[in-house]
Amino acid sequence: MSRTVDVGQVVATRSIEVTRADLVRYAGASGDRNPIHWNERFATEVGLPGVIAHGMFTMGAAVDAVTEWLGDPGAVLDYGVRFTRPVPVPDPGHATLEVTATVAVVDTEAGTARIDLTVVCDGVKVLGRAQVLVRL
Amino acid sequence: MDASYAGRTYPPTAAYAVGREHLREFASSVGATHPAHHDVAAALALGHRDVVAAPTFAVVIAQRAEAQLLEDPGAGIDFSRVVHADERFTHHRPIVAGDELVTVLHVDAVVERSGLAMVTTRCEIADANGSAVATVVSTLAVRGEDR
Repeated sequence: MSRTVDVGQVVATRSIEVTRADLVRYAGASGDRNPIHWNERFATEVGLPGVIAHGMFTMGAAVDAVTEWLGDPGAVLDYGVRFTRPVPVPDPGHATLEVTATVAVVDTEAGTARIDLTVVCDGVKVLGRAQVLVRL
Repeated sequence: MDASYAGRTYPPTAAYAVGREHLREFASSVGATHPAHHDVAAALALGHRDVVAAPTFAVVIAQRAEAQLLEDPGAGIDFSRVVHADERFTHHRPIVAGDELVTVLHVDAVVERSGLAMVTTRCEIADANGSAVATVVSTLAVRGEDR
């Protein structure tokens, strides 16, 4: 599949609600059972404001908007992020991740593009240098 | 954290069998609804051999390999003092159900700065033929002991 994109173009946006139940489900599916992601008492004992999302949950959830736009998960060639801020997940309630995927670089010869993700929770960017290299 | 671990390479892991239901379950857990993660026919239509892993699924395989370092008493990593700093996946080809994947863990760097040890690991994941499938680079920030 081939498509034309322009630098600066927003190719996908998504709003993701995250609950404690989502974190428990991710813990099971991923095998990351660190109690800071589901146990309030443990999280506060180690100095966190409360239960926080797995960085890898946020990373995994944020990229799906790009996969959907691409139409083939196999077209994600490279994906890297820095975990800059924790995502506290309240109970009751939920955290909301606002994802924006913007074209940063297009390499027409290679048939690839770098898509940069902005992921914001409560007005704060929670991922840094979130870059997805995709095959167009 | 023992800085002399930098440069260390571990022996290849036992093969990890990638299961179709696990790929579906992992994809669902991160809200990945693309049919190629779930439906074999949809994956085949895109030219894949079976359902395709979500882009971050390789962390499941990588963290098993990384456990060799994290659970090594000699390395001196207290897991309750670890924060995940960054993660990167390079897919040499998509991971699909039915893959049997072997991982070699490399400790690329241990950098001490202001009471933190930044530990960068690299997992080279290959299939049963020895062909490269994915490279997973992860950096952990390990806080030192309280003084």
